[in-house]
Amino acid sequence: MKIKTLGISFAMMMASTALAQAACEEINIGAAISLTGKYATNGVHTQNGYEFAIKKIDENGGVKIGDKCYKFKVTYYDDESKGDRAATLAERLINQDKVQYMLGPYSSGMTKAIAPVTEKYQIPMIEAEGASRSLFNKGYKYLFAVLSTSEQYLASAVTLAGEKAKEAGKEMSDVKVAIAVENDPFSLDIRAGVMEDAKKAGMKIVIDEKLPRDLSDMTAILTKVKLIKPDLLVVSGHSKGAATAVRQIGEQKIASPMIAMTHCEAADVTGNFGAAANDILCSTQWAETLTYEDPIFGTAANYETEFKAAYPEYGEKKVPYQTAQASAAIYVYKDAFERAGSLDKEKVRDAISATDMKTFYGGIKFSEAGNNVAKPMVLRQIQDGKYNVVAPSAFASHPLNYPRKPGS
Amino acid sequence: MDQILGNIDLLIQFPVVNLKIIIDGVMIGALFALAAYGLALVWGVMNVKNLAQGDFVIGGGYVSWWLANNVGLHPLLGVPVAFVVMWGIGWLTYKLVISRVIERDLFTSLLATFGLAIMYAQLMNLMFGSDTQSLVLDVSILGLQNNYYFADGLIDLPAAKVIGVVLAALLATGVILFMKRSRMGQAIRATAQDARAARVLGIDTEKVYAFTFSLNSAICGAAGAIIVMVWVIQPFYGITYSVRAFVIVTAAGLGNLPGVIAAGLGIGAAEQYGSHIFGIGYQQAIAVMLLLAVLVYRLLQQKRNRQVLQ
Repeated sequence: MKIKTLGISFAMMMASTALAQAACEEINIGAAISLTGKYATNGVHTQNGYEFAIKKIDENGGVKIGDKCYKFKVTYYDDESKGDRAATLAERLINQDKVQYMLGPYSSGMTKAIAPVTEKYQIPMIEAEGASRSLFNKGYKYLFAVLSTSEQYLASAVTLAGEKAKEAGKEMSDVKVAIAVENDPFSLDIRAGVMEDAKKAGMKIVIDEKLPRDLSDMTAILTKVKLIKPDLLVVSGHSKGAATAVRQIGEQKIASPMIAMTHCEAADVTGNFGAAANDILCSTQWAETLTYEDPIFGTAANYETEFKAAYPEYGEKKVPYQTAQASAAIYVYKDAFERAGSLDKEKVRDAISATDMKTFYGGIKFSEAGNNVAKPMVLRQIQDGKYNVVAPSAFASHPLNYPRKPGS
Repeated sequence: MDQILGNIDLLIQFPVVNLKIIIDGVMIGALFALAAYGLALVWGVMNVKNLAQGDFVIGGGYVSWWLANNVGLHPLLGVPVAFVVMWGIGWLTYKLVISRVIERDLFTSLLATFGLAIMYAQLMNLMFGSDTQSLVLDVSILGLQNNYYFADGLIDLPAAKVIGVVLAALLATGVILFMKRSRMGQAIRATAQDARAARVLGIDTEKVYAFTFSLNSAICGAAGAIIVMVWVIQPFYGITYSVRAFVIVTAAGLGNLPGVIAAGLGIGAAEQYGSHIFGIGYQQAIAVMLLLAVLVYRLLQQKRNRQVLQ
């Protein structure tokens, strides 16, 4: 008897969800994304982030516009990690597939290639993976980014180095900064941000090198670091830069008191190089230990757990921030559609522009230029193989280890 | 400019750094030389300029990396395994593609190997992902330290690099002995000198070609398995090794084995010097500039020779 009632109620449940799903109309969104080529790993992270958010929103009643219910459906094309291909695909999405809304691709370079197209057709695009500040000084009206811009990535390390120098009673002009970044728009922004803040503080830039695109050896730079002994070493060159740097910092026993870099998780420096990664500072857009939360995804920690349940292939790995911000982009669309109360793309654009929300990913509020100004960058330090938030101090869960103890 | 002067100044202030640069350069150069040697072999014997050379190197690296991560194979054992696996892949490549273009003109084989290079890079990308990978060689079980330091720690000698160079040298010696002593080696050299004559004398040149190409692929594979424990690999890094191999072979000339090794080591050292003085961004530019210099020099030399003839 009991089983029967259970069976009936289960059948009714199934029927009701089927009904709810059938009742929801689709909103088509287009995305050209790198599923093959050099950005494939992060392209897939991004796609997973989009899809996970769509599923979550669906489960929470979909997108409500007026008294109608909608759900997102994304048409993906593979841009092969090539800018010209991305632009062509954006045209195709808009002209042939008639999408009215776009999601961003992966990387600043691809976003740069697509933005002029979406702008030309006045198609709103919310992107989550293009942080280059050059995206936000062109006067684009239809481009919105949920992530912090790239010049902020490691600028907080400069502040931190300044604080430590002050504590030690050092003159700011004695603080030496070494910069090694890749020669691409994203990394050059990071360099610009670091340079700007270091100069403002009166610090000295002693090494300023550009890493080649196919970097696999940076001993030449690290030898100089050994000779000149900077107080802060900044490295940014995507995951290959992080992997090469950490490996050779360990091999060459580089003893700089503070080393900051990007893409630590992508290169899995703790897993690959163990103690050599100790006390290195890594910048991140988001961490699951942060105290942000929202009604759809819950807390940041909850997002991590649920995402991993949905995508078991992430296993022991941390969920990359690329995924979290992709989900946040979808969430912004939902919020904007509901506030606009219409499918009219101009109204939606204005609603996106007026976004001011708290999410599991952090605050989201767009400046006139379209970048998110409500969320700070976070610095984490690798302490005994764990990523612990050490800056900004408002969210810090652990004190900073300074000076860094070189691992062996 | 200031930075360049400052960098030269550092070299003068700390002379020991020169030694470090040369050591680093020779260690990189040894691996370039391996890849270049394979290229010279294929180029000389079959007149095929293999643009997928670097992708075979990276392929070998992934073989070793995959086995270390999935089967728990020790990275050092990865070198012979990569040699064997890449031998097989080389043989397949020969049978499927190279054997069909070998008698054709230069462009056909260039196009074919270029296509192979793109295909292999993308295949590796699909199979292993686009992240950079590397293996850490832990030699403490052999009673060695993982890193040795000299001159106040200014010179570091990671055991992995030293072992890599030793393995490269062993492999090179093995191949040279094989070419000189074995029947197959003799057949390969005969085919390189004159394929038609070799055929007339009963050498199965088809077999020789297949063998040579597989051998090249295997040498590259072993080099890659060494590279993955010394530096990092990524599916799209093949081109760096292809470019270096071409520079070295062009500079040294075909069939000039000591020349290939010397040019390999020399280019390694020159790149390290260049990247120290001009910045690491110019590393590859230095290799290409050297190639240009060698070509101009060769041209002038030939012009002189022609004048003598006249």
